Amino acid sequence: MSTAEDGRLMAERGFWTDTGKTGIGAWIFSTDHKRIGLLYFYSVLFFFLVGVILGLLMRIELMAPGRDIMGPQTYNALFTLHGVVMIFLFIIPGIPGAFGNMVMPIQIGAPDVSFPRLNLFSWWLYAIGAVLVLTSLFTGGGAPDTGWTFYVPFSAKSATNVSLALFGVFVLGFSSILTGLNFVTTIHRLRAVGMTWSRIPLFTWSLYATAWVQILATPILGITLVLVIAERMLGTGLFDAARGGDPIMFQHLFWIYSHPAVYIMILPAMGIISDIIPVFSRKPIFGYKMIAFSSLAIAAAGSLVWGHHMFTSGMSDTAVLVFSFLTFIVAIPSAIKVFNWVSTLYRGSISLDPPMLFALAFILLFSIGGLTGLILGAPATDVHVHDTHFVVGHFHYVMFGGTGFAFFAAMHYWLPKFYGRMYRKRPAVIAWCLMFIGFNVLYMSMKVLGMRGMPRRYYDYLPEFAQLNLVATVGSWILAAGLAIMLVNLFRGLFRGEAFTGNPWGGATLEWSTTTPPPTLNFIKEPVVTHGPYDFKALADDSPDGMPGDGRNQ
Amino acid sequence: MTAQPHEHNIISFRKLAAVWATLLVLTAATIAVTRFDLGGLKVIGALTIACTKAGLVIAFFMHMKYENRLLQILLFVAVVTLAIFIGLTFFDVLYR
Ligand code: HEM
Ligand SMILES: [Cu+2]
Repeated sequence: MSTAEDGRLMAERGFWTDTGKTGIGAWIFSTDHKRIGLLYFYSVLFFFLVGVILGLLMRIELMAPGRDIMGPQTYNALFTLHGVVMIFLFIIPGIPGAFGNMVMPIQIGAPDVSFPRLNLFSWWLYAIGAVLVLTSLFTGGGAPDTGWTFYVPFSAKSATNVSLALFGVFVLGFSSILTGLNFVTTIHRLRAVGMTWSRIPLFTWSLYATAWVQILATPILGITLVLVIAERMLGTGLFDAARGGDPIMFQHLFWIYSHPAVYIMILPAMGIISDIIPVFSRKPIFGYKMIAFSSLAIAAAGSLVWGHHMFTSGMSDTAVLVFSFLTFIVAIPSAIKVFNWVSTLYRGSISLDPPMLFALAFILLFSIGGLTGLILGAPATDVHVHDTHFVVGHFHYVMFGGTGFAFFAAMHYWLPKFYGRMYRKRPAVIAWCLMFIGFNVLYMSMKVLGMRGMPRRYYDYLPEFAQLNLVATVGSWILAAGLAIMLVNLFRGLFRGEAFTGNPWGGATLEWSTTTPPPTLNFIKEPVVTHGPYDFKALADDSPDGMPGDGRNQ
Repeated sequence: MTAQPHEHNIISFRKLAAVWATLLVLTAATIAVTRFDLGGLKVIGALTIACTKAGLVIAFFMHMKYENRLLQILLFVAVVTLAIFIGLTFFDVLYR
């Protein structure tokens, strides 16, 4: 295959050899979407690991009743920091910032995003926001202790350095808005010839739906946080009932953003799964249109359900009823996706490579998380489990079991493409196994504890909860061990593994048709799209760019 | 920078001044409304005046009246979204 040989030589190390700038400047001042994606990737991975360490520390404190390794104030600071880091520095920017940037422009056949410099700026805002949040730990009155939700009246009164943390999150919001703006424009304007709306890969579709939520909902978070800062600095009394304000209004404003934010977290994850499942089942996705449509439906309907976080807040009963009803409606498009994935698997020719294993774990864990969400969405049951460890178990299932595992799936699926090297599969499978077991031991115990009445955000508990808490803590160690093996194996593979050039998974989306690693402007020849994203038959018939269509057996 | 030259939307000084004067009158009206005991209508009155003012600013000072359809539709979508959010929030207060 001489054409393949040519392509290989021309793009030996692809965008890695693009040497306009040198040293670290080639990264932090680069406007190449792949470099920005990798910048984001390593930043969010760093903060993920920070968050994990905080989580493990909390679990050690909860290992046995009484004070183990820290006092209550430290515990308060830890769960706040853990929450803020995981939500605002890992999971919201995570998939769009890292894999969205890396993969999306290639998937639609574009040379870059519409506004490359704005893209770089969004990473800078992320970095600045992160530094501000971290600075708040060591300055002023010390690490914030409000929880990641910053509820008033406590957040207006706490003597800790809440204001700076709020401002940091405010800045992070702008980073998110810019990413959204960039993605909407790119997907509308920069698609390659032949990339019709019904040929857009589902990962890109999910980013599109997410981007709209980022643009429309994030400003509300920004304003809300500024109002709390104003309350603290100027004593505006907006949220102070004694002066005619309304503390519940804060909860409304906060959740108007933060519930849609859970869709910013989960939609791109669903997109990853929709892209991975067909490739490893060797079958076109079942219900392409419905999956794309349900992303938009989730984004729209999901914006109207924020009140389900407030059933016990003193909100009016009529509002409770309405928000509960709307919440049950959002379950429908989510279930559509799950059924479509399972139908895609049905009678497929399934290969259990690491990305697929993580994707399968996603389906199960997300379903458990989603279904327990309905328990919380029904006011009668929510009243009992609100603010217990049941909630903590629930959202870890959705956010970690869902988005976290999808992130790992994406790491194993796409990163080799960008490094041109493959990791070893056996250790990856072992790591997956450990993580899956550890995860369930950890969070299922938390759910049971919550149902039995153990509240969240306390550093201590009644003696009858001791046993399961010990089990949960052991689970967290199994999980951490799996995580460590996974990362070591993956990065060892990416930096020193076997080099490859073809299409290791046999994917039919555009990113697999360009050279490995992709060249600076993504394609040596401008691509023309002639088939859908999951049309494996067409892929076998014609291999674009002269690349081998299915590099599975290389 | 290659901004598109705007041909048609240079608003006359006179028109801008008129809008400004209207805004001032409406501001006075906002204060005036608080002097009367209108009961529940008070909120509606204040909001109507505020919305009118915002509308004037957007239409004239921010040129939205002279922009193309697409931009106007986008703004409309944003406003409707905001209205839904605020509406659902008020809905709680109304029945509390
Ligand atoms: C090894 C991994 C992890 C461990 C051991 C862990 C453990 C914990 C623990 C013990 C709590 C506090 C429970 C309480 O007392 O209320 C907590 C809270 C929380 N976790 Fe995790 N977690 C992990 C990963 C994650 C991930 C991946 C995410 C998100 C993507 C996440 C998001 C949160 C959030 C938002 C809270 C609530 C914080 C608050 O109450 O303000 N965690 N986690
Ligand atoms: Cu919610």
